[in-house]
Amino acid sequence: MAKIGVFVCQCGNNIARTVDTAEVAKYCSEQDGVVHVEDYKFMCSAPGQEMFKKAIKEKGLDACIVSACSPKMHEATFRNAAEAAGLNPFKVEIANIREQCSWVHDDKEVGTVKSKDLTKMMIERIKFNKPLERYVMPLTKRALVVGGGIAGIQAALDLAQAGVDVHIVEREPSLGGNMARLSETFPTLDCSQCIMTPRMVEVQNHPLITVHAYAELEQLSGFIGNFRARIRQKAKFVIDDLCTGCGECWEKCPFSTESEFEMGLVKRPIIYIPFPQAVPTVPVIDKTECPKILKDKCGLCADVCGPDCIDFTQQDEIKEIDFGAIIVATGFQLMPNVYREYGGWRPPHMTPKKLTAKMRKALPRSDAGRLVDVINGLEFERLASASGPTGGQIRRPSDGKIPEVVVFIACVGSRDCNKGVEYCSKICCMYTAKHTMLYQHAVHHGKSYVFYMDIRAGGKGYEEFINRAQDEGAQYIRGRVSRLTKKGEKILVKGADTLTGQAVDVEADMVVLATAMVPQGDSEQVAQTLGIGYDKHGFFSEQHPKLMPVESSTGGIFLAGACQSVKDIPETVAQASATAAKVLALFSKDEMMRDPEVAIVDQEKCMNCWDCVTVCPYLAIDRVELKDRNGNFRKWAAYVNPGLCQGCGICNTACRSKSIELMGYTNEQVYAQITAFGGDII
Amino acid sequence: MGKKIEIHDFEPKIMAFVCKWCTYSGADLAGTSRMDYSPNVRMIRLPCSGRIDPQFMIKAFEQGADGVFISGCHPGDCHYNEGNYYARRRNTTFRQLMDFHGIDIERIEFSWISAAEAIKWTEVIDAFTEKVRELGRHPQYDDEVVDPYAQFLVQNKQESA
Repeated sequence: MAKIGVFVCQCGNNIARTVDTAEVAKYCSEQDGVVHVEDYKFMCSAPGQEMFKKAIKEKGLDACIVSACSPKMHEATFRNAAEAAGLNPFKVEIANIREQCSWVHDDKEVGTVKSKDLTKMMIERIKFNKPLERYVMPLTKRALVVGGGIAGIQAALDLAQAGVDVHIVEREPSLGGNMARLSETFPTLDCSQCIMTPRMVEVQNHPLITVHAYAELEQLSGFIGNFRARIRQKAKFVIDDLCTGCGECWEKCPFSTESEFEMGLVKRPIIYIPFPQAVPTVPVIDKTECPKILKDKCGLCADVCGPDCIDFTQQDEIKEIDFGAIIVATGFQLMPNVYREYGGWRPPHMTPKKLTAKMRKALPRSDAGRLVDVINGLEFERLASASGPTGGQIRRPSDGKIPEVVVFIACVGSRDCNKGVEYCSKICCMYTAKHTMLYQHAVHHGKSYVFYMDIRAGGKGYEEFINRAQDEGAQYIRGRVSRLTKKGEKILVKGADTLTGQAVDVEADMVVLATAMVPQGDSEQVAQTLGIGYDKHGFFSEQHPKLMPVESSTGGIFLAGACQSVKDIPETVAQASATAAKVLALFSKDEMMRDPEVAIVDQEKCMNCWDCVTVCPYLAIDRVELKDRNGNFRKWAAYVNPGLCQGCGICNTACRSKSIELMGYTNEQVYAQITAFGGDII
Repeated sequence: MGKKIEIHDFEPKIMAFVCKWCTYSGADLAGTSRMDYSPNVRMIRLPCSGRIDPQFMIKAFEQGADGVFISGCHPGDCHYNEGNYYARRRNTTFRQLMDFHGIDIERIEFSWISAAEAIKWTEVIDAFTEKVRELGRHPQYDDEVVDPYAQFLVQNKQESA
């Protein structure tokens, strides 16, 4: 027979005003199995808790009900107190008679009846509560950072400086990401390379950081604290350890193709490093283009290589490494440039793989595609960059002339779900202002126009930066552009000024589009590999938009930078550091404690319908073979991995043979609670 | 404060199955905001609306509930990503089954209530209580319950004989 103690709290006058707590206590003492009742002014106070512990010890209670406020308030308090008194914490339940009774019903008679009923339901329920023990899980103190842009670099450095072993997986031949492409950064106009490359070198030289450049995460298994990643090291055809980065090979390579890093504005050799400051400075051979690999012709690079480090027989290498936590920092791309969709000059890497009908219609309509001088923001960054193809001189791509009139169009593809994406791309106002300044600084007599919808400059020093851009000569026109057409050597921009209500035509030498930031083209695939949630645009979903903005929906996987939402550099860096803090908190203990309120399978009853496997949102349920004592196969059964289970109970409901039970919310407990219902309602 | 609750001749018993992240918190918020709603409801706190087994509802009716209320997070807001979608689908199917068996589906209410929607909680509970009050007491097993399927079987048997 159960020995249950019921503790009714008056909560000062909060409960006692509309509930006759003495009456509730008396009623409870009459229930089966209740051996001890208390009616006290403040159960959660120190003397209240002492009383609670004393009663457990002296009366030898094996379960306790606290009729008080919401379990959200003090469930943990009383469970800890019970643990201190030697009672299993999961044998304590709260009957919520404050938030859901005394505070919402003013009638004392009604309140008392309802409180009795709520407490009785809990008394019946707790008879079926099982004592549960928290799970202790091992923990691998090694972190994986997916993506080597500024977010990944920042997170890796923060972790390594705290003494954590970090691996970075970057699919391009070099770290750097999109930030390495930028010429200067707003709002201070400091050079991106100058602030970024020292950090890249720091990553390369840090003894605790391992960089897997030109590699991809292929598969991820396991759970928080115990992940196993399968990393595919793509064949570089260059032996890392021997290569000195001297540059003989890429200088001598006779073939070339469009440079991805330079946004296709120039060509690069087939054996290449993406940019001169690349880290690691080991070239890779593009196997889709190299004639030696395709047709066994050439091989000049191997001839000129001093250390003899070129190996045309190299194969992809698979590495399996264990990790405890994962930081996803895969970054963004600019919305595939819709202007280039109609033929004409178009770098192959910019061909959008998944171009939706909506994207195709993105604004403004034009017979462009043939308009080579319509470029996007990142291309302009490369033109303006001192290390770019033009050496920092702004020259238009078609004929290399210095443009006298440049039109910048904001919100291309963003803020309009009919012509792209619905969200505001957030950084475009700022980078457009920066572009006008870069242009004005490079071409003093030039004229720049900005067609904008609204100016959104909410950041430290941002509004001042926009004002500065206007002072330096950029002409801001509020309105949209409807059409771009070719007019001789120029581009006719047909727009509107909605402040004066007039049509505006500008004959421009070059047009720069502030194209929307969108997730990487394969972000959905990456999310599926990692087992994390993503939204309709392909941005990875955070656990909670306000209180858990860096956690993904899967425990132990954290999100940094523009893969989660559109962000500028300061925000990205801040988020990356936040993920590092989360990982350090996770790694601060030697073992992990897991909540025991998880599903458990009665494997003998399991009849292998695998409905639970299908419904589990966390892929926490596996099919396992049961063996007899001789080691022979006996039957199949489901197994719930307590490290992955989050305790939602969907499998419990789906189970046909009722062989899965969610601990803490078992069928028995719920039925007991329902059975207790049925007394007086008022 | 101090408003006397009006007691009618018939007070329906309503059982609510709610998820602990949204609706339970929403009901807590109604308490914290000192709102007022009908006292006829008894809540059972579950981790997710996806944990709500249709058999719980049958059991509740068997125990004398006059109405059953189910609620969870809004679609897309589920703490467990997709639990409420299972709840929604189960409810749709189960209602049809209940209807087929002659149980008045007006007595089963399904609603999305988030942790911030204390007002919605009070409104929905008051409206549902009023609706069930008008429907009257739920017929119990000792009453004569007419199951159309059983009737159909009997008729068929008579015709074939």
